[in-house]
Amino acid sequence: MRYIVEFKNIFKSYPGVIANDDVSFNIKEQSIHAILGENGAGKSTLVKILYGHVKPDSGEILINSNLAIINSPSTAKNLGINMVFQHFSLFESLTVAENLILGMNENISLTKLKDKSKTICDKYGFNLNLNSPISSLSVGQRQSVEIVRSLLNNPKILIMDEPTSVLTPDEIGKLFKIIKNLVKDGLTVIFISHKLEEIINLSDYVTIMRNGKVVSTISTQNENPETLGYKMLGYKVSKVKQVSKINFSQEIFNIKNLSTQSKDPFTINLNKIDLNLKKGQIFGIAGVAGNGQKELMEILLNENDYEFSGDIFFKDLNINNLSTFQRKSLSISYVTEERLGHSAVPEMSLSENIFLSMNHKSEFKKGDFINFEKINSFASDVIKSFNVDTPSYNVKAGKLSGGNLQKFIIGREIMSNPELLILSQPTWGIDAGSEAFIKKTIVELSQKGVSIIIISHDLDELLEVCHEISVLYEGSLSNPLNVEDINITKLGKYMGGLFD
Amino acid sequence: MIKVQLREDYSNLIFYLSPLVAVALTLFFGSFIFLILDLSPIESFKIFFISPISNSYGISELFVKATPLAIIALGLSYCFKNNIYNIGAEGQLTMGAIFGGGIGLLFNDSTSVFLLPLMILFGAIGGAFWATIPAILKTKFNTNEILTSLMLTYVALFILDYFVVGPWKDPAGYGLPKSMPFPDAGRLPVLFDGLRVHIGVYFAIIICFITYIVYNKTLFGFKLKVSGLSSKASKYAGFKYKNLIFYTFIISGACAGLAGLFEVSGPIGLLYRDISPNYGFTAIIVAFLGRLNPIGIILSSLLIALTYLGAEDAQLFLKIPSAVGFVFQGLVLFFLLGTDFLNKYRVFIK
Repeated sequence: MRYIVEFKNIFKSYPGVIANDDVSFNIKEQSIHAILGENGAGKSTLVKILYGHVKPDSGEILINSNLAIINSPSTAKNLGINMVFQHFSLFESLTVAENLILGMNENISLTKLKDKSKTICDKYGFNLNLNSPISSLSVGQRQSVEIVRSLLNNPKILIMDEPTSVLTPDEIGKLFKIIKNLVKDGLTVIFISHKLEEIINLSDYVTIMRNGKVVSTISTQNENPETLGYKMLGYKVSKVKQVSKINFSQEIFNIKNLSTQSKDPFTINLNKIDLNLKKGQIFGIAGVAGNGQKELMEILLNENDYEFSGDIFFKDLNINNLSTFQRKSLSISYVTEERLGHSAVPEMSLSENIFLSMNHKSEFKKGDFINFEKINSFASDVIKSFNVDTPSYNVKAGKLSGGNLQKFIIGREIMSNPELLILSQPTWGIDAGSEAFIKKTIVELSQKGVSIIIISHDLDELLEVCHEISVLYEGSLSNPLNVEDINITKLGKYMGGLFD
Repeated sequence: MIKVQLREDYSNLIFYLSPLVAVALTLFFGSFIFLILDLSPIESFKIFFISPISNSYGISELFVKATPLAIIALGLSYCFKNNIYNIGAEGQLTMGAIFGGGIGLLFNDSTSVFLLPLMILFGAIGGAFWATIPAILKTKFNTNEILTSLMLTYVALFILDYFVVGPWKDPAGYGLPKSMPFPDAGRLPVLFDGLRVHIGVYFAIIICFITYIVYNKTLFGFKLKVSGLSSKASKYAGFKYKNLIFYTFIISGACAGLAGLFEVSGPIGLLYRDISPNYGFTAIIVAFLGRLNPIGIILSSLLIALTYLGAEDAQLFLKIPSAVGFVFQGLVLFFLLGTDFLNKYRVFIK
């Protein structure tokens, strides 16, 4: 087999960081080549360079042994390079077929396009109705639309950026089967991931990147998740293990028969959700994104007076109508999915970001005035206790890396002494070191008697730290499963909506 | 093709220096205006910017013009910091003049020392009242405050018009559309005999000081800052955005009303049609040129006040229309927005 892509000494720097540092490796034709690395290792920059989205400072790319100058995505497409992005770019109100025709460079009639798409769908087993609007599709189906759209351009090389992060275990299996068939028919797939097991299951070769540099390019044949993980990080990460069965007794937080009846077609209606959380328990809410997580979090936070029926109790007090401020005053703390611009303001200093979430606490105020001395010392404590890498509390929050900022935010909430901590995607998009630290902290916190709800798409994370897990599917919450006797097949079924 | 890209590391230093850059660019391009008019730019600038303040009368006049600009702009900074665009300060100023001035006319034979404080109080109330209307419309019906506050300006001007040609017209005024003069007890004391600069200056300084404290030390200032930067984070913090809209409108309205009352009970001494040479609109430029920073606003109000004086002198000595002053104000705003844009974004040709 010959090389279809050759990276030669690619160098790309941004102010303050070197994203790609002398990156050289080759990709064999008709192979599945994974690029593995932590967030910020330079994977995305590299494939964006290949796709013509980003211009390298120096270095060359050879396609089929010929020097290729890829200035834009359209040049890339002409060279047969296509990309499926992590974030989809589909028009919600248009149908599948209409979205497909919008991505076409050549002039083609809608009927012809439908025929062509149908052939592709049938051949590879995409289950798509070309006439349904995107808004009615599941996340997995939307991804299929993106893939079909790429395939219509007859690509030679398909780049997929973290394609599994939005899928259920079942859907991941289907996707892998499709990818393998595509490769059999001549396609080369470049697959970006930070999930070790997936890479071993799917890909033939893997290039491991760390801090912008290539660590090595190897065959996946003789690797296992541990060896691969060690190569990715350069150190071993010890898993936290949640203490096994505890008899929790005291009820802290209850949701009873919670439903919503929104007429907005772009929201998911919650359907008779019941949830019981006990003191010291960690409760995970699993599920693919877009199944009602956003709406549930909205109601738990109550930032916008979102309408719902049913009842929410915190320690036997009905908190249905309590504002965010009042709920925080009752010692419920929140970490939202969005860090910048929601649970932290990037333009403000770390100290100010402490006060952002602590302004209900009288110790940080003197009447209407702010007690900056107290806040600064509190900020120093958070920075120290949670290993936040920053020179001072005067640094703007936006200057911190994702992992550091998340440690700071979670540290802030934990040090406010909550009785209930609600976390949405606590380790999404952060480095493995911070992730391990946060998981460890969460487990320790529960052992001190704090109750925790984690809403996450990351099953591994939930299985690692939670006592019980329920699955959210199209607005319904499954019965809770004890983590001790969970099996992944059952969980997979739940995530596909197969529960009572 | 021209491309625009957000800078990841835009500079704070440049943010505070950009008003100076904008002023420099204004002077540079402004000199072309004089060249086109066949005037020597250096001589013209002398007349425009230096001769107006070369004597004590000129400096007093500078403060007379800067006082209302600073007071209104300080008030507006509360709104702008909160991302609320109150464009109707001119109307709130007018309402302040009607309310406060009305008290002066009502008790027009009073000699009480309480008359002036009462007029000042009513001036502030009038402005605040006029500003609550867009605030209610915004919070209840989600109406765009830019439009409502602007339109209410014209309503206020017509109301003033009605009073000075109607019920409040001076019977001894030869039918001119103006009111009787206020009694002496209703006039704002001047600081120096023979000069027009009045105690409004003290108010401007006090408001500047209070604003500085509010922005930097208080919970309310913190709320404004957070809401201005991110409405989502402000909700996360548990702040009530609707309340903030009301407070900031009321504060800016009260300041504009105060400035209006100071104009009529200070330099003017009665009510008539044209009480303000667009102070309410120009103060928007002052607020942004001062970077919404209380001290910056004081400095920028002096600079913009100078364009008013310069325009008058230019009309007198250079025989060019006084609208040149507005041209300079416009140029400053244009270049300020331009430098801000270039500081925040990178522009390149691809």
